[in-house]
Amino acid sequence: MSKNGDKTLRTIIVDDEELARSVVRELLKPHPEIQIVAECANGFEAVKAVAEHKPDLLFLDVQMPKLTGFDVLELIRTDVAVIFVTAYDEFAMKAFEVHAVDYLLKPVGKERLEAALKRAKARLGEKMPAPPELSAAARAPGQYAERIVVKDGTKVTLIPVAKLDYAEAQDDYVALASEGKKHLKQQTIASLEASLDPAKFVRIHRSYLVNLERVARIEPYGKNSRLAILSTGARLPVSQTGYGRLRALLEEKG
Amino acid sequence: MDPLTERSSELRIYRYAWLPLAAVVAYLLKTSGNLSWLDSAGIAVPLCVIGQFELVAAKYTCRFAPPQRTAMAQILATHVVAAQVIALIWLAIAKATAYVLAEHGSFAGIDQRFAPHAGIVYVAGCLFYFLAVAYYYMLQAQAASHEAEARAMETSILARDAELKALKAQINPHFLFNSLNSISALTSIDPARAREMCLLLADFLRMTLRLGEKVQIPLEQEMELLEKFLAIEKVRFASRLTMEMSVEEEAKRCLVPALLLQPLVENAVTHGIAKLTDGGTVKLQAVNHGNQLTITVENSMDPDAPADRKGGMGLKNVTARLEARYGKEATVRATAEEETFRVNVSLPAEYEEKV
Repeated sequence: MSKNGDKTLRTIIVDDEELARSVVRELLKPHPEIQIVAECANGFEAVKAVAEHKPDLLFLDVQMPKLTGFDVLELIRTDVAVIFVTAYDEFAMKAFEVHAVDYLLKPVGKERLEAALKRAKARLGEKMPAPPELSAAARAPGQYAERIVVKDGTKVTLIPVAKLDYAEAQDDYVALASEGKKHLKQQTIASLEASLDPAKFVRIHRSYLVNLERVARIEPYGKNSRLAILSTGARLPVSQTGYGRLRALLEEKG
Repeated sequence: MDPLTERSSELRIYRYAWLPLAAVVAYLLKTSGNLSWLDSAGIAVPLCVIGQFELVAAKYTCRFAPPQRTAMAQILATHVVAAQVIALIWLAIAKATAYVLAEHGSFAGIDQRFAPHAGIVYVAGCLFYFLAVAYYYMLQAQAASHEAEARAMETSILARDAELKALKAQINPHFLFNSLNSISALTSIDPARAREMCLLLADFLRMTLRLGEKVQIPLEQEMELLEKFLAIEKVRFASRLTMEMSVEEEAKRCLVPALLLQPLVENAVTHGIAKLTDGGTVKLQAVNHGNQLTITVENSMDPDAPADRKGGMGLKNVTARLEARYGKEATVRATAEEETFRVNVSLPAEYEEKV
């Protein structure tokens, strides 16, 4: 028994298949220290349940409707030990890059799950890096996000990147403008920029990242500075360097 | 290999080609009456030994005016002009030969005797040029047919490749892993259903192996396999998966390439139903209209789900297999509208021959 052996572990099982959840539930039965506080059938429920129950341990499927296991991890931002459970071995690398405790393959066996549990107990209490930066790091080069997941309280919104007009840095947050609304997300503008296709999104200012397709025209504004007028009517400041980047990109596209 | 640039066979031609050419020219000169056999040969042999190399020019004029891609008038103009130039040079060579030979005893006066018949050499030059043109055009045609053959071969190899890949992709390992995980869960919750699922899975695997060996099977058998597949997935997805099948009696006997539809139905589940929180329906329809069999695989989908990077692989395989077998007579059309994804497969209705 590890030194955390007697401590209760609040646990949530997330899988869209009832039978897959029941395997994990059953294999956890011999462990009285594991207290299953919730079971979720999709990512939205998982995000909500994590906020509500503040679990220590999360069994997380990868392929689920709407939100993938990785999306869930990006949204929850709490210190929780994550054990991925999936039939696909191709996400293993990514799982360890986002500091998952373990990666279990379906069908799940008793021994393998016990080993994962041991690792989870050893890892508890260790500080983990903030998830959003991690998921950006885990993205393969040349692969960019197709959507951005934002959590407002317990409500989760998915913004397809094509529908993002621009992003504005606000201290530790970014405000994402899309379809006439603004969504706040705890992320730096630099890490958001890194996750998006540089051929489509340009950093026109220290605090602004714009969707190139939305830029209707550029107008001079005072000395050495300009304004980008978007097709949505928004007016964003363009810095000297930002203007250079914008022009380089537009010339490249011809 | 391009025979036009193949050096050795070309050089061999120049070693012997002058002989018949010289014989013809000498004969024509002799029959003109004024020249002796010695005179005729004296002019014809050096003329043809040197002149034959000129005919190589035909290779380049033929390339310049390939018959398939050039207007007839341009071909004619090119070769008529070239023939004039070649013939004039032949004439010049012949005259120079006669002039040089006249210095020697036995050929004394040959230039005078040759002069009235110089036209013969001109005509021969033209004639030989046209012969050379015919020869090079023939080589070109040969090369083109070789190339076409090679291309046809390559296409059929590609088609076979697509077929093999399609067959290999039939049983998706993730489908197996997920099914085994479901069985593992059922063993303690509902042992009877676990056994039932084992049997379903065994039936499905056995049937896949058996049908996979065949080239064509009646649609009815393919549908039976798909029913088993969906029954297994139904255990996994429970109420999230509903299915509807409507296959016309007339269509059931039609032959389809074995395991053609399986990847489409698998896609319908993994890219459609599995991405929906509340699940959806997989619909299979088949009708036979005017000797064209039309099969529709339809599924509910989440319009906001990001496109799967690997998606389309199954569809591509199905398209390649049908194209290899039926050419333009078969079509595959995929459409996504709102919350429905639909694949329409249409192929000629073929029946098993009655024994």
